[in-house]
Amino acid sequence: MAMLEARDLTVRYGERAVVDGVSFTLEEGRWLMLIGPNGAGKSTIVNAVAQSAPYTGEVFFRGENVRRYRPTELARNIGILSQNHSVGYSFTVEEVVRLGRYSYAPGIFSRHSDADEESVERALELTGLTPLMEQSVLTLSGGELQRTFLAQLLAQNPKLLILDEPTNHLDLVYQKQVFALISEWLREPGRAVISVVHDLSLARAYGTDALLLSGGRPVYCGPIEGAFAPETLNEVYSMDVGEWMRRMLGQWR
Amino acid sequence: MLPDPSDKREDASASSPYIRRRRREGFGPGAYLLFTAIMFASSVRVPVKDTLTVIWAAIMKKPIPPIRASSIILSVRLPRVICVALTGASLSIAGAAMQGLLKNPLADGSTLGVSSGAALGAALAIAFEITIPWLPFAGTMVMSMAFAFLSLILILSLAYRLDYSLSTSTIILIGVIYSMFINSVLSLVITFAGDHLKSITYWTMGSLAGSSYKNALVLLGAMVICGSLILFHARELNAFAIGEDNARHIGVNVRRVKLTIMITVSVLIGVCVSIGGTIAFVGLVTPHMVRMITGPNHKRILPASLFGGATFLMLADLAARILFNPRELPIGVVTSFIGALLFVNIFYQTRRGK
Repeated sequence: MAMLEARDLTVRYGERAVVDGVSFTLEEGRWLMLIGPNGAGKSTIVNAVAQSAPYTGEVFFRGENVRRYRPTELARNIGILSQNHSVGYSFTVEEVVRLGRYSYAPGIFSRHSDADEESVERALELTGLTPLMEQSVLTLSGGELQRTFLAQLLAQNPKLLILDEPTNHLDLVYQKQVFALISEWLREPGRAVISVVHDLSLARAYGTDALLLSGGRPVYCGPIEGAFAPETLNEVYSMDVGEWMRRMLGQWR
Repeated sequence: MLPDPSDKREDASASSPYIRRRRREGFGPGAYLLFTAIMFASSVRVPVKDTLTVIWAAIMKKPIPPIRASSIILSVRLPRVICVALTGASLSIAGAAMQGLLKNPLADGSTLGVSSGAALGAALAIAFEITIPWLPFAGTMVMSMAFAFLSLILILSLAYRLDYSLSTSTIILIGVIYSMFINSVLSLVITFAGDHLKSITYWTMGSLAGSSYKNALVLLGAMVICGSLILFHARELNAFAIGEDNARHIGVNVRRVKLTIMITVSVLIGVCVSIGGTIAFVGLVTPHMVRMITGPNHKRILPASLFGGATFLMLADLAARILFNPRELPIGVVTSFIGALLFVNIFYQTRRGK
């Protein structure tokens, strides 16, 4: 059974369909890259699966309609990293990360278990935030904030990660680390990743599948290699993508 | 530039998270001690010893000692102090809950216009003599709760339509416009109120001078039920304070929590307004001061706001009584004066932070 299956997903803002009839399936152990120019509907797909945007069509997680999942149940299975983070109050990094464990003990009387402590500690460590755990999130840089929410997501320990531009705000070192971290995470059985990326080289290096979007419609859906056929890419981005990439990389020889 | 975290790093390695958490929890008892001290301090015009003997005798059902002031203490001062404390606690926890829910440090019954809505409800009930069949005295209370809830729904749905992220200025702007609108309707009601003019005018002033034990009992009931409901949602409020989308992602039942908090806040504000009128800014001032001591975690803010709010309003009431003795100020004047200054301060800081 497929881990995630979207059937005829459509999201409308007013009359305009931002996502128009997108269907895809995702098997365990796969990493699906959502690729396309700005406004192609990549983030909207993420929001729809996260139940943050009203949609028509259906999304199934392990054969069950996600609309039927209770919120805590959904959070234990599907974890989402949003594109933008804003924080209003001076919570510490640790407090934000600890909230990732909410779905395991949502009641006010439920106590922190050792598993909670362990996953919070591990998440802080993996994202390199242990030295900052006491610091207020209001004083963090964009990259540190991005890593804080990534740590929260890892503490949440879902089966499926949905990452909307995970390397947003991150410098090269952390871009590399985050992608290495996620591909390591993916090695355990029963897990899968969907991510929105703009960097085509990263997509090609780490992805196993690709969904290429243009104007809310799917242009290509399948193994990652197929998404890089020159005609398809050039059509989606309306430019000679291969030529541009070669020129950029050529500078480094 | 980021502050250098190196000194904090050493501190973090020296103490485990468990120890740190325990150290912060001394705040509750501290606030309680202050609360008790204020209870006595607010009766200073009668010798403290006499006050204590009279109250003690009344509690133990012994004969009341023949002190001249005993009837003043028991039937005027004590119920008033109790009502003031309970109102302060209720308004403060309601304010703290809204500031968490909306991720907005300026949210409060008075800044959002919810209190004005509740006052309109109460005024309508008085003017048109609306009563509930079995509970004749509850007419104003139910009307002000219902109007508080309707106001909250109206303000929030308008705010969401205009600006999904609910930025500080959008909410405040809508609150101001809504308050103006409601006040104009209130003036209209007063014009047609005729005989009830005096009792309606009382609502717009905000005063707890005429409180009774019955009022105290109602306030206590509302505070215990709604207060504990809010306290049970401390973790969810933390999630909302970080962001509504983030709350949804970590598994919070966003709809249910939002509705619960909105209803409990409306009940608290409705009850307080129907008894003491609109006492502005209490729910803004207390959580703000408390947050400076406890940090942003609602597990600490909420209980501390209960005690802090009681303390703050009792101090304000004390000031209202003794500042221009023998003339007494309405308590709302004192809280508005402090609150308005603080409002400007918070607004200035949040705007400058951007």
